[in-house]
Amino acid sequence: MPKIIVEIMPKQDLLDPQGKAVANALHRSGHPEIVNARIGKRIELHFEREITAADMANAEKLASSFLSNDVIEDVVSITKE
Amino acid sequence: MRIGVITYPGTLDDRDAQRAIRLAGGTPVPLWHADEDLKKVDAVVLPGGFSYGDYLRCGAIAAKAPATKEVIKLAAQGLPVLGICNGFQVLVESHLLPGGLIRNEHQHFICRDQKLRVENTDTAWTSLFEKGQEITIPLKNGEGGYIASPETLKMLEAENRVVFRYLDLNPNGSMNDIAGLTNERGNVVGLMPHPEHAVEPGFGPDTDIAMRSGTDGLKFFQSVLKVLVNS
Repeated sequence: MPKIIVEIMPKQDLLDPQGKAVANALHRSGHPEIVNARIGKRIELHFEREITAADMANAEKLASSFLSNDVIEDVVSITKE
Repeated sequence: MRIGVITYPGTLDDRDAQRAIRLAGGTPVPLWHADEDLKKVDAVVLPGGFSYGDYLRCGAIAAKAPATKEVIKLAAQGLPVLGICNGFQVLVESHLLPGGLIRNEHQHFICRDQKLRVENTDTAWTSLFEKGQEITIPLKNGEGGYIASPETLKMLEAENRVVFRYLDLNPNGSMNDIAGLTNERGNVVGLMPHPEHAVEPGFGPDTDIAMRSGTDGLKFFQSVLKVLVNS
């Protein structure tokens, strides 16, 4: 099934509590070499037909307007799969 | 005067908000998120809770609900709108108010009686307060840290659009101790703490006089009723 994948991360300078908790757990379980972990979102948009350039343009618009909030998040990639 | 209260899937405090409106002397009108018809109400409250399970981002999906679209349209025409807690998040996600709300600084869900200072009494929902008045109403949230760009913060301060500020301590890391905001026109107000939980003696925050006797929240609803009667 053709998909558009949108990946979103919390902004670098903002606290990412999930990532922090995971990093702490990794340290406790013997992985001091992993200095940090951050958790974002992967959103798959599914299509029942071939994805067009217009679909990609639309996904870009949706990614910045609805799927993410630019005050707190960055869209890091929009790819076709 | 009829004040609508929108219920989204996952809303918790809709009935408390309806009760607060009744105690203030208004008529609460229950509204459903999927309805485009706001039943010609004179004002709207977006109550607290976890609309759509806080999926995607707090308030993000509620911001796209048919009832919210109608609120956005009518707010531009001056309809008084109050967003409480999750309702504040919906207003921010609807771009009726600027900035964003993120997880509390210390990552804990907070539930406490919170002291606030009323900074702006020119809004539809604060007209009966005195400027600088200190009030106490409950605060209960997990994602109440207010953030905005430096330019937005500067604009909010310059235009006196910070309506409430946290006093004594900043419970969630909000920038500039911001607890609540208004739009340019003063008809839309959003705040994290809950005025609807401080409207009836015996069920509000503790005061110096007696336990649970705090009713500072009632003035929010009385304010809008007064503004509506005078308009």
